[in-house]
Amino acid sequence: MQLIPAIGALLIVIGAWGMLTQRNMLKMVIGFSIIDTGVHVMIVALGYVTGGVAPILDGEAPVGAPFVDPVPSALVLTAIVIGLAVTALMLTYVVRLARTKGTLEVSEYKEMKW
Amino acid sequence: MANRLIALLVVAGLAAMLLPLVIGFTFHEDTPALGAEYIERSETDLGAANAVTAVVVTYRGLDTLGEVTVLFAATAGVGFVITRRRRTPEFAVREGRSVGAHAGIESTEASSLAGQGPSEILRTASRFLAPVLFLFGAYIFVHGHLTPGGGFQGGVVIASAVVLGIFGAPDRQLAHGTMTTIESLSGASYVVLGILGLVLAAGFLDPTFLPAGSFGALASAGAIPIIYSVVGIKVGTELAGVVDRLRSQEQD
Repeated sequence: MQLIPAIGALLIVIGAWGMLTQRNMLKMVIGFSIIDTGVHVMIVALGYVTGGVAPILDGEAPVGAPFVDPVPSALVLTAIVIGLAVTALMLTYVVRLARTKGTLEVSEYKEMKW
Repeated sequence: MANRLIALLVVAGLAAMLLPLVIGFTFHEDTPALGAEYIERSETDLGAANAVTAVVVTYRGLDTLGEVTVLFAATAGVGFVITRRRRTPEFAVREGRSVGAHAGIESTEASSLAGQGPSEILRTASRFLAPVLFLFGAYIFVHGHLTPGGGFQGGVVIASAVVLGIFGAPDRQLAHGTMTTIESLSGASYVVLGILGLVLAAGFLDPTFLPAGSFGALASAGAIPIIYSVVGIKVGTELAGVVDRLRSQEQD
């Protein structure tokens, strides 16, 4: 058990709770963002090596220290930007829906229920 | 109440799924074999000091192309949702504004909507900081193969410079045509650079068709700085475009 992945899992759970219980669409998007952050924290933690340093070979790294795994870092680096773009897309939908119907309450949008 | 109960059950199930991962989690004692291989090869094969950049641009370059495509799709989605609304006249009528004013002088409209406009401090600070941020963003993506940073980070810094400029001068319109041209050109050159790697070197997005140079110099690591700069310009213009489109939604 380690603290950092526990924090990541906690963020995922908090975000899921927020997405499921909030009726305000903006808050649901915020819930998604929190899940996103939790997943990033978790993936970065997967690549950590005990006592590891950043995998940058500029001669500044202490001799003998292991490098952390660069693959999860690379994945998270792109995932953060994708998360930003997806959040922007969701917010655009929210803005559009709110302009059309004049409310942010998700329960008002009965057309989307089956 | 029933909804809350269902939500609680779902979240509890999710937590139960994550629990074994958290409880049994141990950090690696040594760099995993794949990562160690990448780090070693990024020095010997590519001459890139930053192994993360080597992974993003070269070893997982196809993934990065996919990510850039997702980014483009999301941005196109934002543009689609918003421009469709702006072109439909009945929405403007419904909101009590005439179609003529809607299509006409947007700048005066914007300043009257924004209240008193930006304060002196915001205007001066944005004028001072925006060029510095542009330069810093360019620095980050040009040095992506040497220092922590790269196209995605530098692109976001450039987008934030544009956002600051928008805050400082909400009346000014961005040159949409120029932005789209830059975005398309950088996206196309990313693919062209990839194909050049296919033709001149070992495979798609292989940057070794340019000389590796001396390790740690700015002009080193083959085509990695060029590819990452192109990615940076694309990400920067795309994200700036998203913010600008959301703003134009607010205006009408």
